[in-house]
Amino acid sequence: MPQLTRKEVDEIAMLARLHLEPDEAKRMQDELGKILDHFLALATVDTEGVPAMTHAVPMDLRLRADEPGPSLPTSEAVRAAPAHAADLFVVPAIIGGGDK
Amino acid sequence: MTELPELLDQWEPVIGLEVHVQLATRSKAFSPSAVRFGAPSNSLTDPIVLGMPGTLPAFNRHALELALRLGVATESKIRARGRFARKHYFYPDQPKGYQISQYDEPLCEDGHLDLILAGDLRRVRLQRIHLEEDAGKNIHAGAFSHVDLNRAGVPLVEVVTAPEIASSEEAAEFMRALHRLVRWLGISEADMEKGQMRCDANVSVRRRGEDRLGTRTELKNINSFRFVQNAIDHEIARQIRLLEDGQRIVQETRLWDAERSTSESMRSKETAEDYRYFPDPDLPPVVVDATLMAGILRALPELPTQCFVRYLKSYGLAADDARMLISDRALSEYFDAAVKAHPGDSSGRMIANWLLTELLGALNADAKTIEESPMPPERLSELLRLVEDGTISGKIGKEIFAESYRTGEPPSVIVERRGVQQISDEAALWEVVEQVVGANPKQAEAYGAGKDGLFGFFVGQVMKATNGRANPVITSDLLHKRLGR
Amino acid sequence: MSGPTEWLSVTDTAHKIATGEVSAARVVDNYLARIVDVDRELGAYLTVTSDEARRAATEIDRRRAANQPLGPLAGVPIALKDNVVTKGIVTTAGSKILEGWIPPYDGAVVEKLRAAGAIVLGKVNCDEFAMGSSTERSAFQKTKNPWDTSRVPGGSSGGSAAAVAAGLCAASLGTDTGGSIRQPAAFCGVVGVKPTYGRVSRWGIVAFASSLDQVGPLTRTVRDAALVLEVISGLDPRDSTSLDAPVPRYVEALTGDVRGLRIGIPHEYFDAMIDDEIRAAIDKAKAALVERGAILVEISLPNTVHALPAYYIVAPAEASSNLARYDGIRFGKAASGAKNLFDLYVKSRGRGFGPEVKRRIMLGTYALRSGYYDAYYKKAQQIRTLIKRDFDQAFHDVDVVLTPTTPTTAFRFNSKATPLDMYLADIFTLSCNLAGLPGLSVPCGLTGEGLPVGVQLMGKPLDEATLLRTAGVIESAVGLGTRRPGDRR
Repeated sequence: MPQLTRKEVDEIAMLARLHLEPDEAKRMQDELGKILDHFLALATVDTEGVPAMTHAVPMDLRLRADEPGPSLPTSEAVRAAPAHAADLFVVPAIIGGGDK
Repeated sequence: MTELPELLDQWEPVIGLEVHVQLATRSKAFSPSAVRFGAPSNSLTDPIVLGMPGTLPAFNRHALELALRLGVATESKIRARGRFARKHYFYPDQPKGYQISQYDEPLCEDGHLDLILAGDLRRVRLQRIHLEEDAGKNIHAGAFSHVDLNRAGVPLVEVVTAPEIASSEEAAEFMRALHRLVRWLGISEADMEKGQMRCDANVSVRRRGEDRLGTRTELKNINSFRFVQNAIDHEIARQIRLLEDGQRIVQETRLWDAERSTSESMRSKETAEDYRYFPDPDLPPVVVDATLMAGILRALPELPTQCFVRYLKSYGLAADDARMLISDRALSEYFDAAVKAHPGDSSGRMIANWLLTELLGALNADAKTIEESPMPPERLSELLRLVEDGTISGKIGKEIFAESYRTGEPPSVIVERRGVQQISDEAALWEVVEQVVGANPKQAEAYGAGKDGLFGFFVGQVMKATNGRANPVITSDLLHKRLGR
Repeated sequence: MSGPTEWLSVTDTAHKIATGEVSAARVVDNYLARIVDVDRELGAYLTVTSDEARRAATEIDRRRAANQPLGPLAGVPIALKDNVVTKGIVTTAGSKILEGWIPPYDGAVVEKLRAAGAIVLGKVNCDEFAMGSSTERSAFQKTKNPWDTSRVPGGSSGGSAAAVAAGLCAASLGTDTGGSIRQPAAFCGVVGVKPTYGRVSRWGIVAFASSLDQVGPLTRTVRDAALVLEVISGLDPRDSTSLDAPVPRYVEALTGDVRGLRIGIPHEYFDAMIDDEIRAAIDKAKAALVERGAILVEISLPNTVHALPAYYIVAPAEASSNLARYDGIRFGKAASGAKNLFDLYVKSRGRGFGPEVKRRIMLGTYALRSGYYDAYYKKAQQIRTLIKRDFDQAFHDVDVVLTPTTPTTAFRFNSKATPLDMYLADIFTLSCNLAGLPGLSVPCGLTGEGLPVGVQLMGKPLDEATLLRTAGVIESAVGLGTRRPGDRR
C-alpha cells in the first residue's frame, strides 16, 4: 500500500500547513514512502484485543480547584507576537468564516 | 413565491442542534487564567492560554462538576472513564492549533431534554454532551483581522440533539428549555448576546413519507432565540425550493446573517478539514467516581419541567402561568415559599396571579429582579390571606400591596392602621344601601324600568359611602334585593 | 583553592562552595573562561548567560558569608538544553521558528534547580525540537564530540552531553523522547538518566512527543546524576501526567552492593548488529557485575523488533500535533509578505521548520488522518502495550535489564545517508520511552580509537534507585575514571 503519491504529499502538506518547494515535495514523497514501507511490518503484528497505550504510566486525571491565577499583563501577552496592534494580535484578513 | 406553511404540506424538515454552553467557572478549563466577560482585549491570558511552548493543561474540577450536573439533569449515561481528545485545525483564534475536546468518549450520552410545547411536554433526545474549551475571537478589520484570546480556554459543554426536531419553532423552544435548565442549575449564565450560549443547526428536508434523510447543511452563528427560528425557516424554505426546482442540496456550512435575514455558504463539507482527532497525551482519563456523582446528585434541585408539572397538577395553574413561574428558578422558589406560607390548597392560582401581575409589575417598574423584591413571599401570602378571608376587598388589597411593597410594612398592620377592613355585616350594609337608593330616586326608577347599566352606579355609590370597604358580593346581593331585580 | 574547578563533580563543587574552599563566583568564572577557550571549536552553547550566572554566584557567596542556608546544588553551574523554557533567556529548541523567543516563565525543572541553588550557565544546542540523533539537525550550529571533533556528539541532547564531557558545566539537563539523553551520553562518555515517565515535570519543556518526553540529568558521575535527579523529581500539579510518588534519596542508593541483583540480558539486543568493540566493552561491564555478586539472566523481549516502527508513528503523530502552535501569530517567526492567512501559515511553517521537523510533521499528519488512525497511531499504541508487557514479564524475574546504549560509537558528521539510517541509531533506546520505564546510560570504557561506549540499564517504573546503584558499580569497575576527552589530542 503506502508508497505515497505526489497528490497525497500535497494533501498532507496542506493539512499540516507546510509550504514545500517542488523539489522538497519530491524528496518528501520518496523519503516518506521508504519510511512507510518500513512500517508495513506493523500490520502483521496481531494486536487483536490489545488495549492501546495512551499513557505510559496508568493514572487518573487530577482535577484542579477552580481558582483564578494571575493573568499575563496584556503587553507581555502580545510582546512576542510578530505582528500586534496595541493589545491585539494581527493576522491577514480572514476570508470566509470560521473553521470549526 | 409559495409560502413556507404550504410547502410543509409535502416536505418534512429534520433538524438537529449542536449547542455550545459556556460553563460558569472562575478560571479557564485547562489553565488558572481568569474568566470574565467584557475585560480589555488579551488581558485574560497566561502562557497556557497563549499556547506557549512547554505549557500543559490541568483540568478544572468545577467545569467537570457543572457538566455532570447537566448530564444528570438530562438523565444521560455518564461515562465513568472518559478521555479528552485533540481536534486539530488552524485558525488564529485557536492558539495551540488544536482544541481540547472529547471525541469518541464523551462525558454524557443518551440523555433527553423535555420542552414545553403548547402546554405539553415534548421529549427531545440528546446524543451526547461533551466537554471542550472555547476559542478566542477574531475581529475583522479590513485588510487585517485582530485576535483577542480572552475567551480562549473558557470551558464549554457541547450539547448535541438527535436529528428529530421537526420545526423551527420546536428548535427555538429547545433552546429556551436548555437556556432555562442551565441557568436553573447554575451551570451557565447562558446569555446569548454575550456568546455564552451558541447554536449551530443541522437542517435537512425530505418528502413526507420518505424514510431516508435528505442532504443536510449546517447553519452557524445563530445567536438569539429569534434567529434560531428565522435562520432555520429560511434554510428549510431554501432547501425545498432548490429541490422543487430539481436541484440538489450541497452539504456545506452556511453562516446566518441576521441583519440581512439570509445565509451564505462558508465552505463545502466535501473538502472539509480532517480534524485528526487523537487522545490528548497530556491528559489522563477523566474519572467520575461514586463520591463525585453522589455530590452532584445530592445537590440536584427539582428541575424546571418537574416544577411545571407539579404546578399544573397540585395547584391547577394555567400552563402559561406555570411556564412563566419556571422561567426563573428564583421566581419559582418565591412562588413555592409563598404557597408554603399560605394555608389551603386552592391558594396556588391566586398567588400565581398576584405574583405574576402585581409583584412582577412593580418589580419591572423598579427594574428589580425577584431576588431583589422588597416584599418577601411570606408577606405576599399574608396579604392574600386577608383578601381570601374577606378582611379586605381585592381592590383594597391592591392598595395595601402597593403600600407594603413601598414601605415594607406588614399588610395586616397597614389594614389596621388605615381601617380598611371590608364591611361584610349585612345589617350595616343594608343601611347604606337604603340611604343610597333613597338619595337617588330617579336612578332607582330608571333601573326599575330596565336600565341595567345603572346597577354599577349604585355599587359605586355604596363603595363611595363606605370608602370602598363594602364587601362587593354582599353589596350586590343587597342592591338586587332593594332595587327589586 | 586555586586551580581549575571545571572538572570537579557536582558533589565536590557544592561541597567546596559550601565550606568556602572556593567561591561560587570563581567556579562560574572558571567555566565561563573555559567556554570562551573551548566552545568556539565545540559549539555546545547557543546562549551563555554570563551576567545572570555571575549575579547568581555572587548571591550564593553572599548567602554563605551571611551563614544563610544553601541548597544542595548551591553554586553548581548547570547548562540547560535549549528546549527547556527559561524566563528571560532566549529559548529556541534549536529551531528558527522560535529564534529570539524570550519566554515569560521558567520550566518546572528550572524552578527546582534555582531553588536548590544551582546556577544556570546557559542554553545548549540540540536537534531542532529534539528530533534527531546527532545534533546535526539544529537550525543554528554544529556541536562536535569532545572525544573526536570529526564526530557527532549524538542527539538530540548533543549540546548537553558535549558540554558535560568537555568540562563546560558541572552538569546539564537534556530531554529524552527516544534516547535523546542516553545516546549522546554514550557517545560523549557521560552518565545520562531518562527517568520514569511522570517522575520529572514536563511543565516548561518544549513538547516533542508528549507521551514519551522526559527530562533528565547528564553528568560526569553516577553520584552527580543521583543528586541532580533528586532535585528535579517530584509531583507538579501543572503537569497532569506528573506522578504523585515520594522522591527517594537517590544518593543513598549508591551502596556499591549488587549482590544477588538479577540482571536481565535480552538476547534481542545482542543478536542485533553491534560494533565488536561495543560488544566487548559491554561484556566487561557484565563480568564486573557478576564478579560483585550480581546474577545474569538471559531474557527475551520479543516485541523489541516493533519498537522502531511504533516509535516513528507515535512520536511524529504527537509532534505534528504539538507543533501546530507554531504559526507565526503569537510568538516566534512569521513569514514576511504573506498574501493571506493561509499563506501566513504555510510560509511561516514551511520556512521556519527544518527538513527533519517537516518530515516528522508530514509523517505524523499522515498517521492521524481520518481513516488511517486505526492502522497507524492506534496500532502503534497497541504495540506499546505489547512492549510494556514484555518488560512487565521480564521484571517478574529480574531487577534490571542491561543492553548496549547504542549499536555503534559516535559516528562522523554527514554519515547517515537517509532519515531511516539516522532513526536506526536509536534502536536500543526507544523501547524504554515506549514503555515509560526509567533508563540510563553509563560509560563502560573506550574503544581503541578512544571513543566512549555506554551501557544501558532499564528498570521497573520509579526504580531509578536500583539503576543508579548498578550504574555506580559499573562506573567504579569499568568507567572512564579520570580519562577525559582531549587527553590524546
